[in-house]
Amino acid sequence: MTDWRARSPKDRLRLPAQPMPEQRPDARVRNMNEVALGFSADQARAEAARCLQCANPKCVAGCPVGIDIPRFVAAVADGDFASASAVIREKNLLPAVCGRVCPQEDQCQAACAVTKALKSAEDSVSIGRLERFVADWELGHGYVLPEKKPSSGKSVAVVGSGPAGLTVAGDLVRMGHAVTVFEALHRAGGVLIYGIPEFRLPKEIVRREVEYLERLGVEFRYDWVVGKTVRIKELLAEHQAVFLGAGAGLPNFLDVPGESLCGVYSANEYLTRTNLMRAFDFPASDTPLIRSRRVAVIGGGNVAMDSARMALRCGAETVSIVYRRSEKEMPARREEVHHAREEGVLFSLRWAPTRVLGDERGWVAGIEVIRMELGEPDASGRRRPAPIAGSERVLDVDAVIVAIGNQPNPLIAESCPAIRTTKWGGIVVDPNTQRTSMKGVFAGGDVVLGAATVILAMGEGRRAARAIAEYLEQGDWNGAPDPIPDE
Amino acid sequence: MFRILEKGLLAPRVNRYVVHAPQVARSWRAGQFVIVRPREDSERIPLTIADGSAETVTLVVQEVGKTTAVMADMQAGERLADLCGPLGVPAKIEKVGGVAVVGGGVGIAPAYPIAQAHKTFGNHVIAILGARTRELLIMEEEMRRASHETVIVTDDGSRGEKGFVTTALQRLLDLGRTIDEVVAVGPAVMMKMVAALTRDAGIPTRVSLNTIMIDGTGMCGGCRVAVGGRTKFVCVDGPEFDGHQVDFDLMMRRQAMYLDHERGTYEDYLETRRCRLDATREPSRR
Ligand SMILES: Cc1cc2nc3c(=O)[nH]c(=O)nc-3n(C[C@H](O)[C@H](O)[C@H](O)COP(=O)(O)OP(=O)(O)OC[C@H]3O[C@@H](n4cnc5c(N)ncnc54)[C@H](O)[C@@H]3O)c2cc1C
Ligand code: FES
Repeated sequence: MTDWRARSPKDRLRLPAQPMPEQRPDARVRNMNEVALGFSADQARAEAARCLQCANPKCVAGCPVGIDIPRFVAAVADGDFASASAVIREKNLLPAVCGRVCPQEDQCQAACAVTKALKSAEDSVSIGRLERFVADWELGHGYVLPEKKPSSGKSVAVVGSGPAGLTVAGDLVRMGHAVTVFEALHRAGGVLIYGIPEFRLPKEIVRREVEYLERLGVEFRYDWVVGKTVRIKELLAEHQAVFLGAGAGLPNFLDVPGESLCGVYSANEYLTRTNLMRAFDFPASDTPLIRSRRVAVIGGGNVAMDSARMALRCGAETVSIVYRRSEKEMPARREEVHHAREEGVLFSLRWAPTRVLGDERGWVAGIEVIRMELGEPDASGRRRPAPIAGSERVLDVDAVIVAIGNQPNPLIAESCPAIRTTKWGGIVVDPNTQRTSMKGVFAGGDVVLGAATVILAMGEGRRAARAIAEYLEQGDWNGAPDPIPDE
Repeated sequence: MFRILEKGLLAPRVNRYVVHAPQVARSWRAGQFVIVRPREDSERIPLTIADGSAETVTLVVQEVGKTTAVMADMQAGERLADLCGPLGVPAKIEKVGGVAVVGGGVGIAPAYPIAQAHKTFGNHVIAILGARTRELLIMEEEMRRASHETVIVTDDGSRGEKGFVTTALQRLLDLGRTIDEVVAVGPAVMMKMVAALTRDAGIPTRVSLNTIMIDGTGMCGGCRVAVGGRTKFVCVDGPEFDGHQVDFDLMMRRQAMYLDHERGTYEDYLETRRCRLDATREPSRR
């Protein structure tokens, strides 16, 4: 197998892409275990051998944190998984997470030369799956903690323990700075722990990544709501810089009649109950979940897919995605839509909810939807849907999960007027340094971007960490958004 | 952190806890609450802060389900798994003149710091305390200190006047007493009745809502209510709202959402508690 380097590019292009072993759909809807089982070592080496090892690799530029992809893939092909792991760790703090949830098809794999040569996105080198393989191998074999620079005597407060906050913490602690993470919930991980379901990202993996940071010396404080338990000004009195990675946790509702009937949940509530609070284990865990039989999930993104698939696993007989545009416009990853279909999720496309109907006890008894037609593309490039008058009909459901997006939680900005925000509540930052309008305060991730992705949040965290380190050393504060004048 | 320093019974199934939580104690104000998880596998439940000192907060908890029963079985010296806060917007305390602070049942506990704050602010405070029966009346002494006048009512007349808090409030109004604002904290029905009465009388009324919550930080929307026809999150927009604008019927239905589920786990827990008690009694019998 070591002669893979001897193969010509043409030969390599002929090697078949390795399929991802998965749990069968009929079995997996009855458990919470991971759907994708991961490559075997032989599969990983065979897949890695498909890499053309381009002299000028485009995939690296497609990776928001710039992993040296050809080098780690070559190490996998060599069977030297420890080296592969070290290469990934140089740039990515959460490989076991990213290998599972990154939209690689839009990033590194979209730029892969094999994709181009074979003109098939499906046949690119499965960089994400290889990353996952290496990270899982590392979890099984242990890791060597990276070297830390000697203590700088400076300390940084990180607000929120999602991927943005964890990245900042990991980068800064290795540079020798003391880091304290303040997290509102009782566990670290942000969306990784409360939102993305167990069957896509086992919580044990998140826990181990957090433990890795703890071993590096990062201090975690749970049950600290910044803006309530402690203010940003107070944090600045004890730390030389503050990073805000508080995410976009405020759920949007439908703004239609009946949205507060019993049995209407935000996806955040549904997923928090089932993931963070493990309600699927009720009564073994104390948090309850109403057993719904027919569920409508409103929305077409990853969050909608996760909610729908979670509802099936929690015992629903039918689950329908209700989305106002067509499948082409759905923002969810193809793979998620495919998995949802395989599991039996139904799709009501080009329908939008007009009201939720209730019974005499105040429970959901159905949802009225209206047919949409698609007009001209709007600002987002997606065709704008418009209702067709008189086309209403009622879907017979007993629960509705609303997954139509989240906004940044206004809590922090409200408690600290010196921080400039956009109309929709996002924190305004300088794109090169992630500096906010308040001196010493940086921000990144969903709190800046609006609901985005894990890897983009990490990319912002990385940039912020670099800028914070510079600021700690030099202390100048140029190019940040204009401060808000004192009143 | 979160060690229970003191625990005492105020009434049957109503306990008072003094918990070590300096970061919360430092900044809490009347009307705010905390989210507590008694043990690692517990639900997150909201509890209003009833009092505090430099390093502690005081919570008054009625045993109504498994989570509160688990808490009732914890003793001084043990630690709560989590206590997060102070959350919510503090009660609005302004100089208005005469304020009636109405507390019903365990609602008297959160009403206490609000009454105290009004008194400190220079308002004339009339406390109206209601309970089903005499032994369920809590914190009477504290409330007397926090107010200028105290009226007590019980459903069965076993203590104070016989009747409801609304009976007492109506009588004060009939007597022509100056009441410029009413604050009501207690069971939803009670707040609804108080709000109905004061709406007719045209008196501004604040109520403190106790909905189901998970995170308590505005993340899930499970705590939402309709106020003036608009959806509000109790944990971040409240818990205090204009009582005349709250849709209490909707709120009561949402509060009852999980009752069936919870009854089951509560009964199971009571069963294990009985077994545990029997087991500890065993040796003495021999
Ligand atoms: C159901 C779901 C599925 C998703 N699937 C994918 C996917 O497959 N791939 C992908 O790339 N992305 C996915 N995303 C998006 C991705 O999870 C987010 O973009 C990413 O987690 C954002 O990271 P963050 O660090 O900015 O914030 P978050 O992960 O949201 O973390 C923010 C943290 O800050 C804490 N916090 C908030 N306010 C405060 C405060 N005042 N004080 C202290 N702490 C506070 C929160 O409790 C939270 O822990 C998904 C999102 C959801 C909801
Ligand atoms: S408790 Fe979750 S939003 Fe209020």
